[in-house]
Amino acid sequence: MATHVLIVDDEPSIAMSLEFIMKKQGYETDVVDDGAKALQRIEETRPDVVLLDVMLPSHDGFEVCRRIREREEWDELKVLMITAKGREEDVKKGLAMGADGYVTKPFAIKDVVARVEQLLT
Amino acid sequence: MKRQRLIALFVLGFLLFNYPLLSLFSVEAFVLGVPVLYLYLFAAWGGFVWLLARIVEAPEATASSRPDPAPPPTD
Amino acid sequence: MLQGGLILAASFVYLGLLFAVAYYGDRRADAGRSIISNPYFYALSLAVYCTAWTFYGSVGRAASTGLDFLTIYLGPTILAPLWWLIVRKMIRVSKRQRITSIADFIASRYGKSAVLGGAVTIVAVAGIVPYIALQLKAISTSFTVASTYPDTAALTNAGGAAVPLLADTALYVALLLALFTVLFGARHLDASERHEGMVAAVAFESLVKLVAFLAVGLFVTFGLYQGFGDLFSRAAERADLRALMTLEPSASVFGEWAWLSFLSMLAILFLPRQFQVAVVENVNEQHLKKGIWLFPLYLILINIFVLPIALAGMMYFPDGTVEADMFVLALPLESEQPLLAVLVFIGGLSAATAMVIVATTALATMVCNDLVMPVLLRTKALRLQERTQLTGLLLGIRRSSIVVVLLLSFIYFRMVEGHYTLVSIGLISFAAVAQFAPAILGGLYWKRGTHAGALWGLLAGFLVWAYTLPAPSFAEAGLLPHSFVEEGPWGWAFLHPHALFGLDGWSPVAHGLFWSLLVNVGLYVGLSFKTQPTAVEHSQARAFVDALPVSSRATVWRGQASVTELRQLLSRFLGHRAATQGLKRFANAQGIDTTQPTWEDHLPANARLMHHAEKLLTGAIGSASAHVVVGSVVNAEPLNLEEVMDILDETQQMIAHSRELERKKRELEQATQRLQAANAKLQELDRLKDDFISTVTHELRTPLTSIRAFSEIMYDNPDLSAEQRQEFLEVIIKEEERLTRLINQVLDLQKLEAEPMTVKVEPVSLRTIIDEAVQAMSQQMEAAGVTCTVEVPDEEPGTVEGDRDRLKQVLLNLLSNAFKFCDDTDGRIVVTLRSRAEDVQIDVADNGPGIDLDEQDSIFERFQQARSKARAGSSGSGLGLTIAQRIILEHNGDIWVESTPGEGATFSFTVPRTHATDPTGDGAPATPDPTASDSSPATSPIT
Repeated sequence: MATHVLIVDDEPSIAMSLEFIMKKQGYETDVVDDGAKALQRIEETRPDVVLLDVMLPSHDGFEVCRRIREREEWDELKVLMITAKGREEDVKKGLAMGADGYVTKPFAIKDVVARVEQLLT
Repeated sequence: MKRQRLIALFVLGFLLFNYPLLSLFSVEAFVLGVPVLYLYLFAAWGGFVWLLARIVEAPEATASSRPDPAPPPTD
Repeated sequence: MLQGGLILAASFVYLGLLFAVAYYGDRRADAGRSIISNPYFYALSLAVYCTAWTFYGSVGRAASTGLDFLTIYLGPTILAPLWWLIVRKMIRVSKRQRITSIADFIASRYGKSAVLGGAVTIVAVAGIVPYIALQLKAISTSFTVASTYPDTAALTNAGGAAVPLLADTALYVALLLALFTVLFGARHLDASERHEGMVAAVAFESLVKLVAFLAVGLFVTFGLYQGFGDLFSRAAERADLRALMTLEPSASVFGEWAWLSFLSMLAILFLPRQFQVAVVENVNEQHLKKGIWLFPLYLILINIFVLPIALAGMMYFPDGTVEADMFVLALPLESEQPLLAVLVFIGGLSAATAMVIVATTALATMVCNDLVMPVLLRTKALRLQERTQLTGLLLGIRRSSIVVVLLLSFIYFRMVEGHYTLVSIGLISFAAVAQFAPAILGGLYWKRGTHAGALWGLLAGFLVWAYTLPAPSFAEAGLLPHSFVEEGPWGWAFLHPHALFGLDGWSPVAHGLFWSLLVNVGLYVGLSFKTQPTAVEHSQARAFVDALPVSSRATVWRGQASVTELRQLLSRFLGHRAATQGLKRFANAQGIDTTQPTWEDHLPANARLMHHAEKLLTGAIGSASAHVVVGSVVNAEPLNLEEVMDILDETQQMIAHSRELERKKRELEQATQRLQAANAKLQELDRLKDDFISTVTHELRTPLTSIRAFSEIMYDNPDLSAEQRQEFLEVIIKEEERLTRLINQVLDLQKLEAEPMTVKVEPVSLRTIIDEAVQAMSQQMEAAGVTCTVEVPDEEPGTVEGDRDRLKQVLLNLLSNAFKFCDDTDGRIVVTLRSRAEDVQIDVADNGPGIDLDEQDSIFERFQQARSKARAGSSGSGLGLTIAQRIILEHNGDIWVESTPGEGATFSFTVPRTHATDPTGDGAPATPDPTASDSSPATSPIT
């Protein structure tokens, strides 16, 4: 079964580019543009990896991450934060919320690809 | 204490350099070729200054127990 | 014989050197690195006491009366121990009260009395003028001797008056010294009346005169003779010289000795020049410590060779061809030691000039401050009170006083020249300043002394002095009938100036001193008891008498007080805890074990405990009150007036202090509040800046991320379909546009904040602008499914004066703001134009979530945006509204927001019809010209 990646970003162009990259790697992709929708979609589709933007309408990325980690049955789910804020405290906060890794915007494609692959092995 | 010593020295000075002590030395005699009165005056003078220096330069060990009263207004 | 020119040249070189020293001293003082702030300089400057009288006159006196010249130096020596008490007190009082002269000192003590200050000045001038004359005499005589020796005919003739006025050396000496004194002491004004350069020069002169005198002494003793033994034994061969080595054992000799010692004790304290160097010029009270014993040491050194020189002079010039006053100079001349003679001359010059400079400066200060200025200031016609710049006037008075004092001295010199020796003139001056003694010593140690006592005592003493001392000298000089000194005035023997009421057999000085001081002290004490001090006098008396810490009030408590009573007392004033702690400390010091609960019972109810309690209370209520309060539990002794005054004074001070404290506290609180506000503002600005940077970086990173991602994708995937490639390139372009927009907005704001906008003024139709703006946004809104309605009254152009592009930007900003926040699914925006007579209002309403009340106020501030409510994918830097507000304010319009949370928000702004750059302008028509076309820009008549 193909790896399923959920992309959560409210910037259509960024979501679009991530989708293209993930597809190119042969993953199945899915895109939503806010936190609430993301949680709902995880419930429905049980993705393997979530690429999670921090600045989101409704729940922000940290909140989404925290809620994911509240659910024991989603333990296997890998969360990769994608943040425009490269600041130390944001990174720390993300990791504290249970994220498995982070990438800062603007990102290099090969970095995103490498991080996702790393999370999956 | 310093105050009292200084006053005592002042009294001593009065005695040393006045009648009747002076009259005792006012004799026509010479010690080491120097007139006795002349010698006495300068020796006593020197001794007096030596005592004075010792008292005045002595460290202030007798700090008064009373604090300096607040300075009065200057105007 | 020395060349007159050589002596003159040496003198001028020396005076030049002196001036250099003074100049250097002043420069150092100005630079804050005082050279005289040094106890050795202080001690040397005190030696200004040794004048030409010492240098030349002591030998003269020794040659005639033997050792009694020493009284002039033994007096100050005997008194020196008391300097620590008296002079220190004078220094402290003077520093506190900013006293600049002895006249000031006395006037200040007795209620700051101008009359008393003037009286003291007159006495001082009258007393010191003969003394200065003495210096002139010394300089001119020594010059004559040095340049004419051995032809001393001019001297032995003793007919000073025979020299024509303009040929008199002393006149030129006086004028030269006047010039020098002005240079040293009155070159500029100094508020503290301190003259560091002058003091440096004086200290230097003290060194020179000592070296010169020691040199001649050593030369005479060891050069002309084989030491003291040789000299004294040879002199002892002559009976008249043998007599000089002892004191005649008679009551009058010892009486004279005691009187002269006493007189010089007073002189060292009260000579204006001594007051100047010892008190006014004192830099540091502690310097007194060295001065007290170094100065007597100096006196020993400068006196040790006096008798040997006198004896040698008597042996060398047995026939009286040379005046004894000039032995010091004549001996080197006789022995053909020209260099030594020049050194001696310079030494004598040092002694004389130092005295003249300091004394004249001190007198000039007094004449100016205590005599002339008070009179001028009271002379209303001069309107001095209204003049702001008195410096020039003051300097003028100061300098004239110097010249006048020196000319007076010269006149005195001409009158009595040849009649008196150096020493007798000097003693007359001493007796004059001794008149200050009752007022000053009484003033320092007796609070009861009053103004009337001081003034009348001083004046009466002065009159008696004038009658008994200088008057006879005038008579002898022929200015008064000679019978005055022979038989007394009009032959009344009981008024004989040298034997008042038959007091005969005393020397004139002792006689005059006795009578003048008797009258002076008598009136001072008597009138002080008869008159009441004024309030000012009373407070000044306290300031002077209590200047040094007084130990007398630290009474040893007699009697007993119960520990309980003392305890209660302490608790009442200090509080229970502090009282317990204070007592505990005392108990511990007494070796009482304070861990025992009953330790207080072991306290001894003795004097030490009471003293301790008094000390504890002093900190809280002041020493006088503490003393009385403790006294109240010791015994029921009634308060005396003194204690009541003490308490009143302290209370007044405390009230003044607490008022001051209260005021300071209020100021401090206000300052703190302002600081806190400023700090909060700064923190807010800081936070806003952080937010701005974080927002801007986020907004920059988003498009950058997209651009980079798609660029990479296209780079990595050359095999993309043309369609896909096209799509990705569109994204890149769009994102790049967004980036540009953001940067432009930031730059716009930057520009708006950096400089006021230059508004182009032209008629603008707001209707047209609305249409254009809506048109520009339409594509975006359509794509998002937002409907935009424009409601404008028919045919209403909404013409205002303003800047078309700027106003359009306002509208665009408001529209994109509305777009950003309007409802996600059914977004609706309504733009309304209302036309009024004075202005046009435009409302932009959305149906978004609205703005919380607390956010409405700050919504126009930079970087404020209700971000969490922003529509997904909307972009904005938070600068749009700020920019809009700026533009509207530049147009003298108004911008605001109305919103009910949950029901959307309405942003409104108004633009006046007429753009008035100048609010007081000539009132351009307020009604718009409806026909004005926006396509025909007109130049505003106002701009």
